[in-house]
Amino acid sequence: MTSTLVADLRRALSPGRVLAEPLELALFARDASVMEGHAAVVCFPTTTEEVQAAVRIARSHGRAIVPRGSGTGLAGGAVPVSDDASPPPVVVVTTKMNAIVDVDEVDRVAWVQPGVLNLDLSRAVAHLGLHFAPDPSSQQSCSIGGNVANNSGGPHCLLHGVTSAHVLALEVVLPDGEVVVLGGLDPDPDGYDLRGAFVGSEGTMGIATRVAVRLTPLPPAIRTMLVDFETVAAAGATVSGIIAAGIVPAAIEMMDSAITCAVEDYVHAGFPRDAAAVLLVEVDGLADGVEEAARLITDIAVAQGARTVRVAAGAEERALLWKGRKSAFGAVARIAPDYYLHDAVVPRTKLVEVLAAIADIAERYDLLIMNVFHAGDGNLHPLIVFDRRVAGTLERVRLAGGEIITACVAAGGMLSGEHGIGLEKRDYMGMVFSDADLDAQARLRDVFDPTHACNPMKVLPGGSRCGDLQHVPEGAWV
Amino acid sequence: MGVRALEKFATEVGGADTGPVTCVGGRSQWDVGGPCLPSVREVRAPSGVTEYEPAEMIVRCRAGTPVAELDAVLAAAGQMVTLDPACPEVATVGGVLAVGHSGLRRLRFGPVRDVLLEAHFVTADGSLIKAGGPVVKNVTGFDLCRMLVGSLGTIGFLAEVVLRCQPRPQVSAWYRAEGADPFEIRSRLFRPSSILTDGASTWVLLEGRAPDIEAELSFLPGDWQAVEGPPSVPAGGRESLPPSRLRSLHGEYLAEVGVGTVHRPGPVGVVPAQGRAADLQRRVRDAFDPSRRLNPGRMEAA
Repeated sequence: MTSTLVADLRRALSPGRVLAEPLELALFARDASVMEGHAAVVCFPTTTEEVQAAVRIARSHGRAIVPRGSGTGLAGGAVPVSDDASPPPVVVVTTKMNAIVDVDEVDRVAWVQPGVLNLDLSRAVAHLGLHFAPDPSSQQSCSIGGNVANNSGGPHCLLHGVTSAHVLALEVVLPDGEVVVLGGLDPDPDGYDLRGAFVGSEGTMGIATRVAVRLTPLPPAIRTMLVDFETVAAAGATVSGIIAAGIVPAAIEMMDSAITCAVEDYVHAGFPRDAAAVLLVEVDGLADGVEEAARLITDIAVAQGARTVRVAAGAEERALLWKGRKSAFGAVARIAPDYYLHDAVVPRTKLVEVLAAIADIAERYDLLIMNVFHAGDGNLHPLIVFDRRVAGTLERVRLAGGEIITACVAAGGMLSGEHGIGLEKRDYMGMVFSDADLDAQARLRDVFDPTHACNPMKVLPGGSRCGDLQHVPEGAWV
Repeated sequence: MGVRALEKFATEVGGADTGPVTCVGGRSQWDVGGPCLPSVREVRAPSGVTEYEPAEMIVRCRAGTPVAELDAVLAAAGQMVTLDPACPEVATVGGVLAVGHSGLRRLRFGPVRDVLLEAHFVTADGSLIKAGGPVVKNVTGFDLCRMLVGSLGTIGFLAEVVLRCQPRPQVSAWYRAEGADPFEIRSRLFRPSSILTDGASTWVLLEGRAPDIEAELSFLPGDWQAVEGPPSVPAGGRESLPPSRLRSLHGEYLAEVGVGTVHRPGPVGVVPAQGRAADLQRRVRDAFDPSRRLNPGRMEAA
């Protein structure tokens, strides 16, 4: 059966862009999470028509479709799974659809294909004084299509908002193979905001084949500051103080002592190895406002007991500080072979309390947990560093992860700030939503995909609608 | 007591057996989306700001709260929510969100759909549903909040919401010039709050710190006069155009440069979705209100 599926796909695309060898399939069994699935076949369309063909062929063979961008997702959203009764799905990879189709510098809009890499887009429009504002730490390798699927964030989303605020319109291949345009380049397209529903739907409502994104002017003035503290509480109080003072910096990132040392060993940017916590704060805008905000932030930090406030002297030093922050996950690879990166969001005033709870969980489970995160919007990223070869470690990591999520929800938080729910957290959805709430979300999904052919088993727990009965596959851990 | 007010509202809305129902806010945008059928039973969402922690920069309030009442609470802490309706004393928070029309400061602060973080709403079967969450960054589940904004009450009636706040600018200053090219003005300014044109005059709203506003103004060609506020906004209808199309407008209008909204003195025909997009719109309404009991007459295309 799989052989006719593969033959049909090869006829419709080209033989070289349809992979079916076991070794090739193994490469697409995972994303950047630790969960694993199994694909029947992996295909790489280059046009909207080829995506349509792939979707229709998959459906005619009774297969589900799993859309995939660069595979940097951390919640298992691109892991190919299907329920026990169905054959393995067809993975549709958008990486070969990587053209910037059109840039309108006057209206500050670009139409791009989904496989365009986030940073490539910003680089391509930099000469116009513009950039694409969402900047996930994986921006060198993650794609715009993936950003759309996960409604991705990044440090600078504190000021500019997450991906949904930067997507104007989408061309989408629906789960039945038809093409539709959602949203528009005008400010208020008539009817419901289906564009808004699609962004963040994690591949369950179709495959975006072209995306109209808003481009944001580069700021005339920028000030980047590295502030270090002797206690985590002082750093947390500084974050609250900045927000309460009516300042919205472009970014406020926090790193605890463990990750600061790891980063310093890795990039040698002059991060203080003896600090309990550091804040990387950036303000941008017009010169006087930037000056004033930087002065106020320094005053607030010093009043909370900051030891030093280092202001980046120029573009080079600024880039170095950001390199330290954004390569944090590369840095931990030197410490232990495995890591599990969590993502949860809590009220900003609860940061210190939740960090203390996480430290307590780390101690009880005898695990190394580091924290590097978007403090300005309360978006935590506890990073559990471990070696899975040590017997019993995986189970401790799993249990500690569950307790971290429970602590965040108990503090009034939500399950994910920017990574998505995917497979990883779908069974936790009941912690923050009632059955009726989940049913309403399932109804929205069913508008686009009534038979759950597109990325099945993701986001919503089994049983969100009557008749659902699914289990997270063996080997998946949440 | 807080939750009871929402449950009481849900009971008032009732289930399928209680017939058609409409939710009334301040009636300041009552005709948007087509007239509600006459003699439909009316309900009103509860009112009042229920939770406000300035250091979180979010606020929780009941959907029936007048925008001016919310604004007064936020102003005391130097914050604001950019709902910006034309009649803040009358317009309610829920009404502004349900209609979904952004105010004149959209150019800088974004569309009104981006301020809604969490919504409690009553569906056609009378159940109270929560969407989103009380945090500024959240991708937990599908985005029903953005679907609710601009849905004219046809997915559900808003009962309570959590909104994103902004710091209130230290200075807000409107300026007007005759004969300036509003599109060139836009390219010279960094994050202006608003640029309006009627084809002859251009108005700009600059917000922030006084020295920055003075510096920005000095970059602008033309003779700029400080004015009290924006001109009166024609309220007959709104066109929604890609921003570059504003260069070729005719007739009487006030246009939001860089945004694409055109305010007209007379009614404006809407272009309903076509083909498969129209089908998706109908399927949304079928999914949430198959008997069309919520706000019948509104959003007829769906």
